[in-house]
Amino acid sequence: MIEGARWRRWSFFYVPVTAFVIFLLFPFYWMLVTAIRPDRELYKPWSSPLYQPFWTLHPTFQHVHDLLTQTLFSTWMLNTMIISIAATLISLFCGLFAGYALSRLKFPFAGSIGTGIFITYLVPQTLLFIPLSDIIRNFHLGDTPWALILTYPTFLVPFCTWLLMGYFKSIPKELEECARIDGATRWKAMLFIVFPVALPGILSAGIFAFTLSWNEFIYALVFLSSPTEKTVSVGVTSDLVRGDVFYWGQLMAGALLGSIPVAFVYSFFVEHYVSGITGSVKG
Amino acid sequence: MSLLSAASSRAYVVRRPRGPIGRMLEDERWLGLALLAPTIILLGLFVAYPFVKGIELAVTNTTVGQPGHFVGLQNFVALWHDDIFRMAVWNTCLYTVVATTTKLALGLWLALLLNRSFRGKAFMRAFILLPFIIPTVLSTFAWKWMFDPTFSVINYVLLHLHLITVADRINWLGEPVLAMVSVIIVNVWRGVPFFAISLLAGLQTISPELHEAAAIDGARAWARFRHVTWPLLLPVTMVIMLFSVIQTFADFQLVYVLTGGGPANTTQLFATYAYQIGIGTGLLSQGAAISLAIFPILLLVVIVQLVYIRRVETV
Amino acid sequence: MARVVIRSLNKKYDEFHAVKDVNLDIRDQEFVVLVGPSGCGKTTTLRMVAGLESITSGHILIDDTVVNELPPMDRDIAMVFQNYALYPHMSVYDNMAFGLKMRKFDRSQIGTRVQEAAEILGIQDYLKRKPRQLSGGQRQRVALGRAIVRHPRVFLFDEPLSNLDAKLRVQMRVELKKLHVRLGTTAIYVTHDQVEAMTLGDRVVVMRDGWVQQVGEPLELYNQPANRFVAGFLGSPAMNFTTVRLSRENGGLWALADGIRLKLPQTAASRLAPYADREVSLGVRPEDMRVAGAADPDDLAIDALVEVVERLGSEILLDVTVGGTTMVAAVDPSVVANMHDRLRLALNPERLHFFDSATEAAI
Repeated sequence: MIEGARWRRWSFFYVPVTAFVIFLLFPFYWMLVTAIRPDRELYKPWSSPLYQPFWTLHPTFQHVHDLLTQTLFSTWMLNTMIISIAATLISLFCGLFAGYALSRLKFPFAGSIGTGIFITYLVPQTLLFIPLSDIIRNFHLGDTPWALILTYPTFLVPFCTWLLMGYFKSIPKELEECARIDGATRWKAMLFIVFPVALPGILSAGIFAFTLSWNEFIYALVFLSSPTEKTVSVGVTSDLVRGDVFYWGQLMAGALLGSIPVAFVYSFFVEHYVSGITGSVKG
Repeated sequence: MSLLSAASSRAYVVRRPRGPIGRMLEDERWLGLALLAPTIILLGLFVAYPFVKGIELAVTNTTVGQPGHFVGLQNFVALWHDDIFRMAVWNTCLYTVVATTTKLALGLWLALLLNRSFRGKAFMRAFILLPFIIPTVLSTFAWKWMFDPTFSVINYVLLHLHLITVADRINWLGEPVLAMVSVIIVNVWRGVPFFAISLLAGLQTISPELHEAAAIDGARAWARFRHVTWPLLLPVTMVIMLFSVIQTFADFQLVYVLTGGGPANTTQLFATYAYQIGIGTGLLSQGAAISLAIFPILLLVVIVQLVYIRRVETV
Repeated sequence: MARVVIRSLNKKYDEFHAVKDVNLDIRDQEFVVLVGPSGCGKTTTLRMVAGLESITSGHILIDDTVVNELPPMDRDIAMVFQNYALYPHMSVYDNMAFGLKMRKFDRSQIGTRVQEAAEILGIQDYLKRKPRQLSGGQRQRVALGRAIVRHPRVFLFDEPLSNLDAKLRVQMRVELKKLHVRLGTTAIYVTHDQVEAMTLGDRVVVMRDGWVQQVGEPLELYNQPANRFVAGFLGSPAMNFTTVRLSRENGGLWALADGIRLKLPQTAASRLAPYADREVSLGVRPEDMRVAGAADPDDLAIDALVEVVERLGSEILLDVTVGGTTMVAAVDPSVVANMHDRLRLALNPERLHFFDSATEAAI
């Protein structure tokens, strides 16, 4: 019986869990190994008998060094950082107010506006990027960070609004009623009572919005063209691939470094991030 | 009899709140609209307006830098006869169906595994989400490198597991069927964590007493899953599916990096084709027409799912 | 000093008419309790006084000023909520100081006021804590403290004790009463608990389905309920009701039903004369019944079959059936009674209540 239980535990738990972990995490390990492997080891065919893929005895920072000195990688990082933070702040600003209004106040058209925002939540970026590129050009925003700072909120605001509505609904109405009786205007009750209490939700929304901005690709690809204006994702895709030549060492170093800010933010706020995910799919 | 006779014989004053703006913000109708104004302006300018603009573009023959004139449904007619477009429609549907069902199956499996208590669970949950949070384009490059025909580590592993020989030159991204399989694998890889974590959250809201009661009633593991877990998980599953279907259907970056739609358009999706035509060759109006063609299909999917979700939730 | 006057107050939500034509004059320093079953409109009335609900029609005056259009912050009132509504992100001190800060009191004044209120309520030691670190009773005190630091014109209480356990509730009830005596602030208190209503209120307002049923001092309501609803709502165990037929026999007025044959005293008989030969509702409070002795006249007693005996120590509750109806009698603890005993219960003739069968109004 015990033997049977152990056998079951292995085949129904340990083996599948290990397989999942390898499947999900191996690409990151592979990025790391490639990024620190010298070129002469890197370009050996898989069928070569000397191919030793899983580690290297000669780790090098050559790729990282080249990436930072020969390319505009650090500029892209800075661009992405500025754009992500600005878009996140704008989205939080709009999302907080909109979420509060839709979850707490009664006013005409509240229902239809709420539905409208929910529908934009479902609209994928790929539906609108062509007309948007035209509009961005007409507004003379093309090839500037503003093109992204203003368009990222189109998918972030509905998300933040949705997530924060859930948080606001969980805060007892009496809190702000009490504040209003205590002498606060509706505005102050919202600012000093409801928003501070919703802080965990605001953090979740902010972190989520930041990672979504950092990861966005198609708008950045379409709206930006000068190498100095690009974001990490676009820069790595377009400028590290010269012609048909892939500089895999630099590419992987770039992928690794480009992931660090989101990974960093994520590692500090895992719980908020997870509650952001679960909050985003709550009906 | 005066209204106030019982209260007072003195004249009364009706006190009003502060200035005109203060008074307006105290009225929830005005406050509500004021608070929504930034969002409405933003979404109007960058969602509603582009949408209208997209329709406008699609019925003209505009190209980059050259304003067009009205051509009616000519762009759509052209699409109808375009073999690549038809292929993209088929590819997108196949890609969406296979990838989302696989994600659901694997995600549910992983969620059930993670729902047990074991050491290092929180740690593992945190790491498992990495594929979902790391910028897709960047992680897709790692996959592209792993799929490289000459340097593929996957082939190396298969070789050393004696599943293939040196003579089998598996070209993951170079052959039509394999390319589609590869693209789906990467999509699944990216999406499984999201499914798993969301479903895990759903699982954790199911009270353990229900399982205990079912066990006492004589239900075995499979029956407990089938009659207790799954029905209770269905609402959250439907919402996750809704998001996933939309995202997968409109996917762009993964294919753009891995295959660029090739070989011979066998992995061409709606979005990559729209990009290729609209931005790549500068035929804005045709690109807009392709993008818009997603819309009715997407709308249908969303409506079907929303109706289903509502039915599940009201039961 | 503050008086609150409510004139023809109505509240309608779409289809639902929640508050119907309420009129009320609350005197300065008075403690008025609104009581009734859930959904009777008492909380809505209170929230309209607070300014949290808009008024459909009618007027509310505080100190001769119509406040209908005044937002809550300008009404100079304080409210204690059922769930206390303590600001979770603020310390006890900041919770109490919030209202004063909003009114731009200076720092030292805020300190003095908070300290003073904390001393009154005995919560000086918790001022630095967050609400979640407090017990239910302590939170209740903080909520009260937050109300009294403001020295408002009117206190509003919305079922403030119903989240406390039974023992604490009794204790806080007494403290509330003392606090009111000490501060003398006009108070409106909403509860569904008739014991709270009776013990706390200078006057009690009984509501039902949006209508005010009766307004009066607690004992006035208890002894002279205006209708059958008020009679049944106040008092625990509740008043017993049974339908009787009034009949004129042998020169007197008799109340007759299966198992009941009562000769009504002269005062009641003259009042009830118009109802002769008609059915009315007879109400008897449990404490107005006792086990009949040999000296008790037959025509003021009823035959009862004991169903359940509840020995509470201070008294015994007998659940009995009289004819077809169930009644409860509260009798002396020395009575010896067992299940299925047949007893005769004597009624106090001066304390019989009669209600019109159709209108339910007291006769």
